[in-house]
Amino acid sequence: MRVALFITCISDSLTPEVGRSTVEVLERLGHEVVFPPEQTCCGQMHLNSGYREEADRLGERFMRIFDGFDTIVAPSSSCVGTMRELHPELHGRLFEFSELLVTRLGVTDVGASFPHRVAYHATCHSLRLTAIGDAPLRLLDAVAGLERVELSEERECCGFGGTFAIENADTSTAMVIDKCAEIAASGAGVVTAVDSSCLMQIGGRLSREGAAVRTMHLAEILNQTAA
Amino acid sequence: MSATARPFPEAAHDALRDAQLRSNLFVATQTIRDKRNQVVGELSDWEELREAGRAIKADVLANLDRYLLQFEQAVADAGGQVHWAADAGEANQVVLDVARAHGVTELVKVKSLTTDEIGLNAALEAGGVSAIETDLAELILQLGGDWSSHILVPAIHRNRTEIRDIFRATIADDALSDDPGELAEASRTYLRERFLTARMAVSGANFGVAETGTVCVVESEGNGRMCTTLPPVLVTILGIEKLIPSFADLEVFLQLLPRSSTGERMNPYTSLWTGVNAADGPQEFHVVLLDAGRTNALADTVGRQALHCIRCSACLNVCPVYSRTGGQAYGSIYPGPIGAILTPLLYGVEHAPTLPFASSLCGACYEVCPVKIDIPSVLLHLRAKAVESAGKPSLTMAAAGWLFGGRRRFAAAQRLGRLAQRPLIRAGKIRRLPPPLDAWTRTRDLRPLAGESFREWWERRG
Ligand code: SF4
Repeated sequence: MRVALFITCISDSLTPEVGRSTVEVLERLGHEVVFPPEQTCCGQMHLNSGYREEADRLGERFMRIFDGFDTIVAPSSSCVGTMRELHPELHGRLFEFSELLVTRLGVTDVGASFPHRVAYHATCHSLRLTAIGDAPLRLLDAVAGLERVELSEERECCGFGGTFAIENADTSTAMVIDKCAEIAASGAGVVTAVDSSCLMQIGGRLSREGAAVRTMHLAEILNQTAA
Repeated sequence: MSATARPFPEAAHDALRDAQLRSNLFVATQTIRDKRNQVVGELSDWEELREAGRAIKADVLANLDRYLLQFEQAVADAGGQVHWAADAGEANQVVLDVARAHGVTELVKVKSLTTDEIGLNAALEAGGVSAIETDLAELILQLGGDWSSHILVPAIHRNRTEIRDIFRATIADDALSDDPGELAEASRTYLRERFLTARMAVSGANFGVAETGTVCVVESEGNGRMCTTLPPVLVTILGIEKLIPSFADLEVFLQLLPRSSTGERMNPYTSLWTGVNAADGPQEFHVVLLDAGRTNALADTVGRQALHCIRCSACLNVCPVYSRTGGQAYGSIYPGPIGAILTPLLYGVEHAPTLPFASSLCGACYEVCPVKIDIPSVLLHLRAKAVESAGKPSLTMAAAGWLFGGRRRFAAAQRLGRLAQRPLIRAGKIRRLPPPLDAWTRTRDLRPLAGESFREWWERRG
């Protein structure tokens, strides 16, 4: 299948390895990935900050750039959910990465191997906006050698929330401190999620606390192979 | 409401430092969350009930003029008197006038958010009438000179020892311990006396039935029923959005409300009364139909749904922000997610410009709301209104909008950022940034921009 990649502005700039992994996993499964180079941002940051007009403009821009692609994937439930909400015609066309694999392509075992203890953080938008269900868990459970551990408050927000993390930094920090305590209590060596933004928040706090736990996007774990 | 409330981030900053508050809140919200989830999980038709609740409320709001007149007529037919109040001042004056007409200087009150909203107690006090709160938690607050931090459990931020100290200082002697039984007994002794002597009571209402003119109050302790049955004069303040069309609609809400609020299958006391009855109960009954900003909210087609709210407080208990900051940080009678939308809708977003931003948009509130208020969407809508009303759009956001407007600009910005961040990187991390981004780095590290962006990798790969 031919899949157009929407990388998202965060992954493009801060975590390009997430995009590389997304491409490599899909290619390993025999799909063709294309990257429309005009893409930038979906407009969610503007939307969430109250800049509706700019958000709409960026949303329209996205629609023009991806016009003509039947299947679009993005490694972010947050951007996918927002775009689908604003442009309902994207339902069935725009997918979050794990959702594409499990729901659209019917794959759970992507041939990955990752012998580590991994905690999955269900991000708010993956749970409630994009509603990808247990797709990430099914993918993780098929990874060779991976031992999955649960977080005690698995449905609780990490405190990122876009500009909320800056404007309400104290509350945001109180939330991520609790999340990091849950992660420590789980005994995980790696914490994963389907959103780079939330991982930036969790990873930023883990790093500040000097914790040994690493953050990895789901796509990166799925791109680890034995060979 | 304190329209001059402090900005949320500032108030939250102080609240978060109160360790006692944090732990009281955590335990309390966690316990109610679990109970709610359990009893909601028992109903296989929960989603249908929610949809029914939403649809009934939407119909009421769409036809409010008609339902209000119907209610007014029904109350009058049943021997009650109806007053219309455009704002808090008018509503308070009605109560004061009734009290004066009967020479009343002390009255008892049923727990009511609406009367808190309009500042009734203070207005009565100024008019020489003292109002005694009879709900245990409200009483604790009143005696402690404190104010509510939760819609349903107003004293959620107080623990037993603190309550004992408040009682010792006011209604009990120093022998009182912090045993819950003893605390309840102390309040009971104090309140019983008040119920038996009061000649007037004031209540809010959970529902007003347009068809019959019936008022419904739902509570746990039974103290509310004492107020609505013993004193000869009763005044009810009813927000105009509290109407429901017919008696049969109670079937939906009396299932939704207790399960969502206290996590009970049924609440212990449901009081319903229609006008006056010569054989029993109050012999004079007044209803004050209160607007106080509700028609402003109604005029906002996106925000209007906030008026569906049945004040169950489920959204507070699941909110990751509320469960850490508590209610007082919201600077309004209505805290938590619903407060973050209702307060600006009632009073104008310019009076509460930081509230729509006091959310990580996690969506937990929408998920539990028994009348399906899409709080995240209303928050976004109000954020846009807040930016518009402030009239000075942020330069950063404008710049970002421009950068995202073209591929070349965006790629150039990535390269420029890479250069600019160089002196800030230590051991592969950014630990300190200038304002306003220092708000991030004060408590969290930041990954630097990658040495090679994804798009550069893609081009190189060919
Ligand atoms: S907004 Fe919904 S969940 Fe929150 S108090 Fe109102 S009815 Fe309950």
